[in-house]
Amino acid sequence: MAVSARSLQLAVFAGLLAAAPLALPNDYYINILILCCFNALIVMGLNLLMGYAGQVSLGHAAFFGLAAYTTAFVTATAGLPVWAGVPAGIAVSALVAWLIAVPTLKLQGNYLAMATLGFGIIVSIVFNEAVNITGGPSGFVGIPRLKLLGYAFTSDTAYYYLAAGVLWLATLVSRRIIDSRTGRALRAIHVSEQAAQAMGVDIARHKRFVFVLSAVYAGVAGTLYAHHLTFVAPSSFGFNFSVQLITMVVLGGMASLWGAVAGAFFLTSLPEFLRVFEEMDILIYGAMLVACMMFMPSGLVGGLGKLAAWLKRKLTANPTPGQKPGQKPGLKADSRG
Amino acid sequence: MAELLPELLAVRGVSVRFGGVQALTEVDLTARAGDITSVIGPNGAGKTTLLGVINGAVTPLGGSVRLDGADLSGRPIFERAAAGVVRTFQNLEIFSNMTVLENVMTGGHLHAGYTLLDSLLRTPRFRREEKRLAALCREKLDFVGLAHKAHLPAADLPYGEQRLLEIARAIAVEPKLLLLDEPAAGMNNKETQQLGAIIRRIRGELSIGVVLVEHDMELVMDVSDRITVLNFGRILAEGTPREIQDNPEVVAAYLGED
Repeated sequence: MAVSARSLQLAVFAGLLAAAPLALPNDYYINILILCCFNALIVMGLNLLMGYAGQVSLGHAAFFGLAAYTTAFVTATAGLPVWAGVPAGIAVSALVAWLIAVPTLKLQGNYLAMATLGFGIIVSIVFNEAVNITGGPSGFVGIPRLKLLGYAFTSDTAYYYLAAGVLWLATLVSRRIIDSRTGRALRAIHVSEQAAQAMGVDIARHKRFVFVLSAVYAGVAGTLYAHHLTFVAPSSFGFNFSVQLITMVVLGGMASLWGAVAGAFFLTSLPEFLRVFEEMDILIYGAMLVACMMFMPSGLVGGLGKLAAWLKRKLTANPTPGQKPGQKPGLKADSRG
Repeated sequence: MAELLPELLAVRGVSVRFGGVQALTEVDLTARAGDITSVIGPNGAGKTTLLGVINGAVTPLGGSVRLDGADLSGRPIFERAAAGVVRTFQNLEIFSNMTVLENVMTGGHLHAGYTLLDSLLRTPRFRREEKRLAALCREKLDFVGLAHKAHLPAADLPYGEQRLLEIARAIAVEPKLLLLDEPAAGMNNKETQQLGAIIRRIRGELSIGVVLVEHDMELVMDVSDRITVLNFGRILAEGTPREIQDNPEVVAAYLGED
């Protein structure tokens, strides 16, 4: 039962991703949707790290940026094809994450948060100062657009379907990791490192794994981002963006795959909806964040789940004639976990 | 009684210091296979510290820990679990973000015979192994009488059942030696009696050696084969329950207070 419910969720998600562009009036909105996919990708990795394994990274924007700049350098500066730049970017993110993880994750406590905070700031400085390589504060221009197996992703719609496909695949991978011995070990580490170790879980190895995996997700997003915009600038990869990513994790719902997607899509598109309020937008944005955290402390997905349960109780409390209580069709299966 | 069972656990000359506090001084502990060995003593005597030394959570200043003749000294906790030493916790350490069954399946972590690639590709081996593990873990839940609660969130169990869940999770590791840290704490009389029966069956049916740290003297005297008494980090006495009850030093230091 549980397995088929999860397959259904993935199928519905695929359907929603496929149908989303049809509901949009023009290419401008497609671009926002593409950005949503990138952010959801990073947030999903960060949620595996934070929501499931309980380890905090305050520098995830740096992994996103490292991959973006690496593929920019490999393709635009070195002139190599995109299919070489993309894996190189992802590999650099993963390698750097591994180098950070080896010393810090042996320690117990929040050393990862400290280390990634410092790392994120250093990387941001490098992006700004290494002008010869990165182009400095004014950015890196002239990154080629993505071309795979002879197909050039020239239209935004095509690029959206690529980003959405990658996001869907990342969701599938996350789901399968969570529902395995590795996922149980990660969740165990979150609650009690002592007990997890006592059960034979090598916690340092698992923490390293999930941290590198989250950097890979950010790396995939970073390379796709660079080849989509064809321009990258350091301001996109600063500490502010790292904090925004964490906000998306928490707002969507910790330890919830769909929470990661909901948080990223909601917070990425929200400023667009608020544009009509002009200067008031940032106030309303803040007020909405506060309201979400007050009324849905377990995140958007958890909050909607509670709302669904409440509606179900209301409905079953006043059964329509001819229908016994409890016979109502289930509203929405609990999608946590 | 007459025939001597082989030594399962041999702790020799273990000393532990926390800052300025000498928690354990030159402590020896022997647990024989098929025995229930209890460690008793007043609060702060160093009982939990001793369990920590055995399972690797506490690093001693000196001394050795051997299991089945193999030296475990200096090895990390998770390797000791693989070698066959598992413990439960005085302050419950249930995985509150999982169901009851998932808790026990985490205990079976080492027995899930598939790789990460198997789980990503959902290979037949993954499905077969997960199914086998789930069945095995249901047996462990059944062993402690919690099979009917397998799919509840673990955090929803009442306190006494969470203690039993810790035991089910620990025996899912399939250890040679199980360290129980005050498993009866917070249990009522009836629950404690059931616990006593479970501890006996862990030894009898599962052939797992048990080291029990417990304050409930009725339970200790009832189930133990051997008892070691700790006082201020030193061994005060060692013997059968009868010998311990008759030992004037023990009575003066500990038992008499009750």
